[in-house]
Amino acid sequence: MATEPISEEVVGTCVDSHGSAIGMPQLCFDWFPNQVFWLVITLVVIFLVLSRVALPRIAAILAERQGTITNDLAAAEDLKAKAVEAEEAYNKALADARAEAQRIAAEARAEIQSGLDDAIALADAEIAAKAAESEKAIADIRASALDSIQVVAKDTAAELVTALGGEADADAVSGAVDAQMKG
Amino acid sequence: MASETTAAEGSSLVFHPMDQFIVKPLFGDGAIAWYTPTNVTLWLFLAIAAVFALLVLSTSKRAIVPTRMQSVAELAYGFVYKMLEDICGKDGVKYFPYVMTLFMFIVCANFLGLIPTSFTTTSHFAVTIPLALAVFLTVTILGFVKNGAAFLGLFWVSSAPLALRPVLAIIELISYFVRPVSHSIRLAGNVMAGHAVIKVFAGFAAIAVISPVSVLAITAMYGLEVLVAFIQAYVFTILTCVYLKDALHPSH
Repeated sequence: MATEPISEEVVGTCVDSHGSAIGMPQLCFDWFPNQVFWLVITLVVIFLVLSRVALPRIAAILAERQGTITNDLAAAEDLKAKAVEAEEAYNKALADARAEAQRIAAEARAEIQSGLDDAIALADAEIAAKAAESEKAIADIRASALDSIQVVAKDTAAELVTALGGEADADAVSGAVDAQMKG
Repeated sequence: MASETTAAEGSSLVFHPMDQFIVKPLFGDGAIAWYTPTNVTLWLFLAIAAVFALLVLSTSKRAIVPTRMQSVAELAYGFVYKMLEDICGKDGVKYFPYVMTLFMFIVCANFLGLIPTSFTTTSHFAVTIPLALAVFLTVTILGFVKNGAAFLGLFWVSSAPLALRPVLAIIELISYFVRPVSHSIRLAGNVMAGHAVIKVFAGFAAIAVISPVSVLAITAMYGLEVLVAFIQAYVFTILTCVYLKDALHPSH
């Protein structure tokens, strides 16, 4: 603490002649009215500034921000719902397209199958007709071959008979060959 | 160290830790009347300017995405508002401007007082006693206006045994009237003590040998004072809220 020699009443009861405090300046009651007066002014001014301007303004800012945040959250919620919806629609479209594709493929396959069946049937019929024709031709050839053999056999037999010095009776030879060939 | 101090005290080392609290007129050096603009006036007005800059100028843009200073203003607002609402409930909210005024004034005055060579208004009982008395009177009047005679129930501890109640009533009454005293002396005392201690350390800085220690000590004290400046404002405000709660809901 300031322990200077005290010279009374030059500056006041609270400050000595060197300008130092006597004891605690806080307890100098000479200054109280001054301090209280200016303090009251200060507090009134601060109170008016706060209650008229600052606090309503900050409250408005906070409320506005809260509102904005709420709105933005709602909008985000909306967008999210829309995204889910869009995804569902996409999935549905995908499934539809896949089903459609399968249907078309099945249709095409059935068409091809029926065409194939027709062609096969046609080919079978053709083959059958050709086979029948060929069989007939073969039978003809066989029959004509048999006839030719008979003729050759008869001629050969008649020639043989003639060569052996006999008289070749055409009917008898023919009958004998027929009988032989049947045998 | 002690011998050095006594040796130095003879020559140049003189402590005047309390001189920083002297009230001086701003113009000339006549007597100080109640209306004289003094250094108290200057630093009180600077506190107004600080409050204005912090809460009005910083929010002038009303930005949805706040600037740094606007965030501070909103933080201060939310801090005091939540404190008041938590302690006093919804019906205490209408006293918010009053509580906010106290908080902003004390916090700004305390921090302005931390500027070197400044004058710390809140270190004076002449400042803190009116603040505390204002709270005391407000709370007392409000208590009687809101609750009538039921406000006296604050002193009548109905949960205690009947025989003890008169004794408790006396204790409660004393503690009630001690409130403004402790309320004001706590703030001024804390602020004044810290500033005086810093000044004492600063006095030691004149001795070359121990000046590094002294500078370190000043730095540490300053850090502590920064905490004290905020905490004392907080304590003053929260006690105001607690007293307000007593006035609004006097039952224990």
